Amino acid sequence: MNILVCVKQVPDTTEIKIDPVKKTLIRDGVPSIVNPFDAYALELAARIKDKDPSTKITLLCMGPPQAEAALKECLSVGGDVAYLCSGREFGGSDTLATSYILATAIKKIEETDGKFDIIFCGKQAIDGDTAQVGPEIAEHLDYPQITYAVESYVEGDLVKVKRETDDGFELIAAKMPCLVTVTKPDFDPRYPTIKSKMAANRKEIAKIAFADLEATIDATKIGLKGSPTKVKKTFTPDVKTGGVKINEETGADSAKKLFACLTADKII
Amino acid sequence: MDAKTKDLWVFIETNEDGSPKNVGIELLSPGRELADKQGGQLIGVIVGSNVDASVKAATAHGADKIFVVEGKEYEHYSTDAYTHALCTLVEKYGPTSILIGATNNGRDLGPRVACRLNTGLTADCTSLAIDEETGNVAWTRPAFGGNLMATIMCPDHRPQIGTVRPGVFKKCEADEARSAEVVKEDIHVAPDMIRTELIEVIKETAGEIVDLEGAEVIVSGGRGLGSPEGFKLIKELADLLGGVVGASRAAVDSGWIGHSHQVGQTGKTVGPKLYIACGISGAIQHVAGMSSSNTIIAINKDETAPIFNVADYGVVGDLFEVLPVLIAEIKKLKA
Repeated sequence: MNILVCVKQVPDTTEIKIDPVKKTLIRDGVPSIVNPFDAYALELAARIKDKDPSTKITLLCMGPPQAEAALKECLSVGGDVAYLCSGREFGGSDTLATSYILATAIKKIEETDGKFDIIFCGKQAIDGDTAQVGPEIAEHLDYPQITYAVESYVEGDLVKVKRETDDGFELIAAKMPCLVTVTKPDFDPRYPTIKSKMAANRKEIAKIAFADLEATIDATKIGLKGSPTKVKKTFTPDVKTGGVKINEETGADSAKKLFACLTADKII
Repeated sequence: MDAKTKDLWVFIETNEDGSPKNVGIELLSPGRELADKQGGQLIGVIVGSNVDASVKAATAHGADKIFVVEGKEYEHYSTDAYTHALCTLVEKYGPTSILIGATNNGRDLGPRVACRLNTGLTADCTSLAIDEETGNVAWTRPAFGGNLMATIMCPDHRPQIGTVRPGVFKKCEADEARSAEVVKEDIHVAPDMIRTELIEVIKETAGEIVDLEGAEVIVSGGRGLGSPEGFKLIKELADLLGGVVGASRAAVDSGWIGHSHQVGQTGKTVGPKLYIACGISGAIQHVAGMSSSNTIIAINKDETAPIFNVADYGVVGDLFEVLPVLIAEIKKLKA
């Protein structure tokens, strides 16, 4: 099996604070992490490799040079080779432009590394939360897609996926090549060992620059200019003020006061 | 592509019995407002099998016109069939805007359609407006785990598409006397064009289906419950209020309750009329998933818990003391 996992480096959104005066995000000092859903995606790939050790897992990340750290981390928990797609030309891309760049990079990698059977992506990145790049890569490549996967396995030329729906799960099969986006499964991704970390550190990360894609990419469709959506403004959400605080002598008294408030305000 | 009309479409996702998902009907409310401002019609788009109930609901809730694509191949959702149907319709009629419910299937379909039509998509919106200056839809959505809101526009590509979270908008009053023009479109998909196969539908364990996104009342428990038994109290209150049980990530990760109950960034995004958070500290990831609830009640021992920042009613106290009395009072009221 030849598997690709797309990875994004994101700020740890649990560590983000809002500047109380300027009302902007404080990003300084916020640690960068591998997008958790991408870590789950890699884990699904690694589980396929556990069963079939001849499987090769390639990682692809688009981002600034420091995103190498995220790729190194992924190399220590199942990844075999890694590509970092980096360049000023790619900056400011929205999901459509990003997916186009990634799809073009995937075709480029396939020229040397062979066709991928499965492309795994996290269902969404926790900074943008769009869940669009995966399906859009599938559309650019004209591949079938299965989203919200929590489990997957390979059977002959099929990939079978347990997919989360709004009210349960469904089991879906698709012929490979196929793109699968992954949500939170019932298990945690594996941890690196000291040995696997050292091995990952020694590995070279291959770079893909704009020049490498120039022959096959339409430059009008990438970056800020090539993006159909534009961010008009950003602002911090309102904090609810004027909430009623109830803190009576005993829990029972508080409950009674809450009940009185709720009936008076016709909530119940 | 260019828009051929000023019409706004609402994609109304159907259940397997042909009834509409709530969010599709909810979206007719903001859809009406946006369509009027754009100077076009409000059009419902229904793809499925035996969808009469959905057509009826869309008519009663304000659609001027409804496009219906029916066929055996649409009985179960598939990316390929639904994308083909929606894109074919768009290419034929050229709407200026499309709203899609941000369900799992809606978020599977939206990007695929947007990419095929080479246009922009804004995911998971929580508010919609028309920009006075340009007439574009101004799509507002949370990012960075709910820490930041962004307003996004798609100025030069049509149709402009957005997915909208369930529960953000309320259904308008149904008017059964209304009528709408129903246009049946004959769009079929050859079996070999559908590249995925549904093998099995797996309902939640023990036949338990948690419809968090459609629920009007959610009672959620967190780490403060201390054990799986704590959820009995949560369930009792939820049943009493005709609601469902939610949970924080901490409770799910502790193995006290299934992931399908999880509210928040790695769980479900909900917008019920009433959300009661019991023993939940209110990490930003949890708040991102429930802050659009109409009324929020928080019960927590820790006075400084961030959940109180979003609560309409904040009770500082031990939930094991507060909940039994609250339950008793509500029982008395109902008796």
